[in-house]
This record gives sequence, structure tokens and C-alpha cells, in this order.
Amino acid sequence: MSASRPPLPGWVEIGLLPLANIAMAFLVVGLIVKLIGVDPFHALKLLVLGAVGSSESIGYTLYYATNFIFTGLAVAVAFHAGLFNIGGEGQAYIGGLGCGLAVLALDGILPGLLMIPLAILASAAFGAAWAAIPAWMQAWRGSHIVITTIMFNFVASALMVYLMVNVLIAPGSMTPQSRGFAASAAVPSMQATLQWVGIAVAPSALNLSLLLALLACVGVWIFLWHTPWGYGLRTLGHNPEAALYAGTNLKRTTLLAMCLSGALAGGVAVNELLGVHHRLVLDFAAGYGFTGIAVALMGRGHPLGIVLAALLFGALQQGGAELNFEIPKITREMVVVIQGLVILFSGALVHLPRPWLQALFARKG
Amino acid sequence: MEEALTLVVATLAATLRVATPLVLCAMGGLFSEKSGIIDVGLEGKMLMAAFFAAATASLTGSAWAGVGAAILAAEMLALLHGFACITHRGNQVVSGIAINILAMGLTVVLGTAWFGRGGQTPPLAGTERLNPIFFPVAGDNILVYAALLSVPFAWWVIERTRFGLRLRAVGEVPLAVEAAGISVSWLRYRAVLICGLLAGLAGAYLSIAQNAGFSRDMTAGQGFIALAAIIFGRWRPVPAFGACLAFGLLDAIAIRLQGVKLPGVGEVPVQLIQALPYLLTLFLLAGFIGRTVAPKAAGVPYEKEH
Repeated sequence: MSASRPPLPGWVEIGLLPLANIAMAFLVVGLIVKLIGVDPFHALKLLVLGAVGSSESIGYTLYYATNFIFTGLAVAVAFHAGLFNIGGEGQAYIGGLGCGLAVLALDGILPGLLMIPLAILASAAFGAAWAAIPAWMQAWRGSHIVITTIMFNFVASALMVYLMVNVLIAPGSMTPQSRGFAASAAVPSMQATLQWVGIAVAPSALNLSLLLALLACVGVWIFLWHTPWGYGLRTLGHNPEAALYAGTNLKRTTLLAMCLSGALAGGVAVNELLGVHHRLVLDFAAGYGFTGIAVALMGRGHPLGIVLAALLFGALQQGGAELNFEIPKITREMVVVIQGLVILFSGALVHLPRPWLQALFARKG
Repeated sequence: MEEALTLVVATLAATLRVATPLVLCAMGGLFSEKSGIIDVGLEGKMLMAAFFAAATASLTGSAWAGVGAAILAAEMLALLHGFACITHRGNQVVSGIAINILAMGLTVVLGTAWFGRGGQTPPLAGTERLNPIFFPVAGDNILVYAALLSVPFAWWVIERTRFGLRLRAVGEVPLAVEAAGISVSWLRYRAVLICGLLAGLAGAYLSIAQNAGFSRDMTAGQGFIALAAIIFGRWRPVPAFGACLAFGLLDAIAIRLQGVKLPGVGEVPVQLIQALPYLLTLFLLAGFIGRTVAPKAAGVPYEKEH
């Protein structure tokens, strides 16, 4: 597709083009804020202050970023295989089901050292299984993964509502949530952990799942760029015919990519259920799957870029809440608008600023 | 006996009421997909249209102004989709998702800023709404008839006109259309605009005809059900219409079955019936209920030969 486009210098391609895309998105956001009748720079100041102004707000920013790293990686891994996984939301949700079932069944008998890794594995396994069905449908039955993963989000939501209301609800509870998990199934909070080594920070939702997310980044980086399976996966994404010719099993690689993607989405369940809620609740994954698309596009599918994009969106999420508190006219949904615009400008309109940059920097052929 | 008849008529009327936005959306999406532009953004267009319909109707007191604003809002998003996918050859799915998320956020942001009711518009009454024409109980407002007319219209345009022939061709082999001296871009833009018009009507129906105002996320996945209906109808107007009616009937039944115990089966979970359109489409897509064939060039940006 880009064959007819003259190449840009590397630093422009990796650095300037994405920045130009983001800048356009935020320009539009500024106009919308202006339209509402609020000074955009005043709003920006409040937002930044709300996101990183205190150790508590930094904690919440990093807690949101943890979720976004998981879903961003999930979207990116599938994207490298040429698959557009829109089902991160449903996979995270079903991952939570696996997590909850494991903990509810075993938290009475297992110590934390066994319980937590098992619950993490269950989250990943259920997320992977929920992604495996659309992968199978794409690879073996020829149906389009975008459509099927969208549908699986709705099916996941209906299934979870049914299970929570009818099966997993705590006896005597009025709201659809499970009984509380035992303390052995709790991922330690960052505040408690830091206190243990003598650093005092304000309590927040941030927990050690952040380390798991960063570990996943390293794992994905090694897998994609330093293993034969990762190589096969990326070849499938770039050129399926070449991948086939090189001996890659396309069907199995599709399945592998989607399972890995679903397992990563399951990480949201670890952060939310084991780290924060300590019980199975409804809609804990709401919105994170879609933000993952924005994060992956903005981070250009690279773990390092994804961490940076996740931090930005974490800051927006946290800062947006504070901004809403200061200026009730600007609702938290402003963050959703920003996500939409980032997906638009970094995804669908990614080539928009290219001609201008080419006029400035194109290598003379 | 009379009671049973009343029940049947009431269920049919409810089916039509629920199916109307699905039909409008599905016919719109059909034009877009036939031309080779995948439209995952039906949901977002409908939501944005619903918001602007209710907001305008509330401010002007005229339902017709609301319909106009709805069409305008949906067309703006349709043009954005066209600009990204046709002019800039961007990823069509990404563009559609962006439009959905944008609409989800923007409707609440603007609604809160303008009306301060947590994303809702003020309740509408009287001339601010499209009211039933013949049967007040059935809710047969003008957009219900528009939906019923959109099906023969879509069939006639796509199957029987020169424009329709070219539209089908551009969705299968765009190169051949270009070779015949016809602009691929202009054809696709027209298809996308027709899609915007119909999705706009669907949105207006939701907020100023079926309901008396806009509430956040009121489309609740109906754009995707319409997409499922297109697939179920194998990209043909009349079967897609049938699928919309079937999905509408499921919804009407779901409301009636709430809490009712069926003999032999017990209580059917409402969630199962709600998920049924998606499950059926998935079974279809997995090839268990025959094969579906999408337009060949759908989702592929067209690069002009130089």
C-alpha cells in the first residue's frame, strides 16, 4: 500500500509522524473544549495536575495505565499477525470469570503463593479460550475476525450478566457480585509494598499487577522479535503468502496470535479483581478493550510505545476525573472523545500528515 | 380466542417498532458494503444522529428540524468515514471503530455541556416528536413507513438501476469500474452518503419517535445487530429485511418472556434471547447454516493505477 510513497527518514517515521497524528487529535479536543465554553489551557492545567499532582493521583494514573498496557499489548500482538482483535473487552471479561472461578473454588485451601499465580493463569487461560473461538472461525471456517470478535463481546456480556445474577451471586446479596475473595488471593497494593521497604505513599488502587504488565511487555517483545514463532507471526501479518512459502502453518499461527492476545487481555482481570475489587463484579472491564485499540495504534504496536501510550491514557483517565470534579461541564466522557480521535488520527488517518512531512523531509530518490 | 389475536397483533406491532431502526441501518449499511466500504460505524452514526435529533427537536420544538439535524449529523460522520477510507485509503474497520467511540463520548460531552442532565436531553412531547399516523397504539410514525419503503428502494436501486450495477461492480472488481472510465471514489462516496442518510433516520427514530428524548448509549448495539442482519441476509436487501424482522421478533418475545416459565423448559434466561441474534450470526459465520459471501473488495482500499 505504501509502495508508491517515497520513504521518510527513520526518525520522522517513528517519531514525528505519530506526534503529528496525536497533535491533530488534541487540536480537535481543544476546539471541542472551546466550543463548550471552557478555556482549553485552563482545562489542560487542571487535567495535568489531576493526573500527576499528588502521589495518590500518580497511583491512580499508573493503575489505569496497567489495564491499558494489558489491552494495548493484546491488540498489538494480534495486529502483528494481521488480525484486528476488537474482542479485548469480552476476553478480559471472560478472563475475569476464570479468575473468579479459580479463586472462589480454591481460596479456602491454597496459600497466596499458589493461589495468586493460579488465578493469573486462569485469567489468561479463559481470556485465551474466548479468543480461540473467533480465531478458529477465521482460520478454519473463513469468517471475518472483526465481526466475530464484536459479536463475542456482546455474548460475553450477556453470559456474565446471566452467571452473576443467577449463579455466582453471593447468597443474600442484593447486587450481582460474588462473595469476597480470601485475603490470600489479593495482589498486594503498591502502597503496602512500598511501606514495607520504608517508602510512604498515599493509598490508591495501584497494585503489583503493574509489574506483571511490565513483565508482559518484556515477554511480548522477546516473543515477537526474538523467537521463531514471533517471526512466523509477524510474517503472517506482513505477507501471508511469504509466510506460507517459508513454512509457517498459517492456521496454527492465527490461533497462537489470538490466544496470546486473549491471554494478555485477561491481565485486566488480575489488576481489577485480584488487585482492587477482591470479588467478581459486573462490567469491571468496561471500556478498557476499546482503549487498548487506541493505545496499540498510538504505541505503533511496540511494547515501549504501548507503555508510553498507556501512561498517557492512564493520565487522561485520572486527570479527566479530577477535571470533571473541578469543572462539572466537562464530563469524564471527554476521555472517550480523545480515544476516538486518537484512533481516528493515529489509525484511519495515519497517512494524513505524510504529504506535508514528505515535502519537508523526503529523501531525494 | 380474541385474547390470542390481540396478543399476536401486539407482538407484531412491537416487532415492527423494534425492527424499524435495524431495517434503516441495515439498508444503509448494505449500500456501503456493496460498494466495498465496510461500515462498522453504523452504531456511532445512529447514536450521533439520535442525539442531534433530540437536541434540535428540544431547542426548536420541531420534530422535522430534529430529523434534519439527525441526517446532517450522520452525514458528517459518513463523510469522515469516506475521507478516511476512500480519500486517504485508511483502514475501514479502524475508522468505523473510531466513529463509534467518538460518538459514544461526544454525545455525552455535548449533552452534559448543553443540557446538564448527565448526558440526557430534556424529555420531548407533542410536536417535538414524530407521532403515530393511523394507529396510535401501534406507534406507526412516518419513519416506520420510511423503513418499510427503504427495502424495495434498496432492492430496486441495487438490482435494477445502472448506478446499482456499478455499485455492485465497484465492490467486487473496482479495477474494472475504473477501466470503464467511472470514478471508483465518487461511486463509493455516494454509497457512503446514502448509508449516512438511512443511519441518520434510524437515529432520529430512536430518540424522537420510539422514545421521548436521548439517553446515553441508547443505540445499545443495534448498529451491530443491523450489521449481523446484513451478513444473515447475505448482502441482499430482502433477506436482510427478513433478518431484521426476525431479530425484532426475538426482542419483542424477550420482553414478553421475562419471568415466564415455559412448560418443559422452565424459565428462559432473558440474556440468552438478547444474545441470540449474535449467536445465530456466529453460527452462520462459522458455516453451520450455509455459506455467506461478502463483496470481494470489501475492506480493501482502492489504489488508483497511474
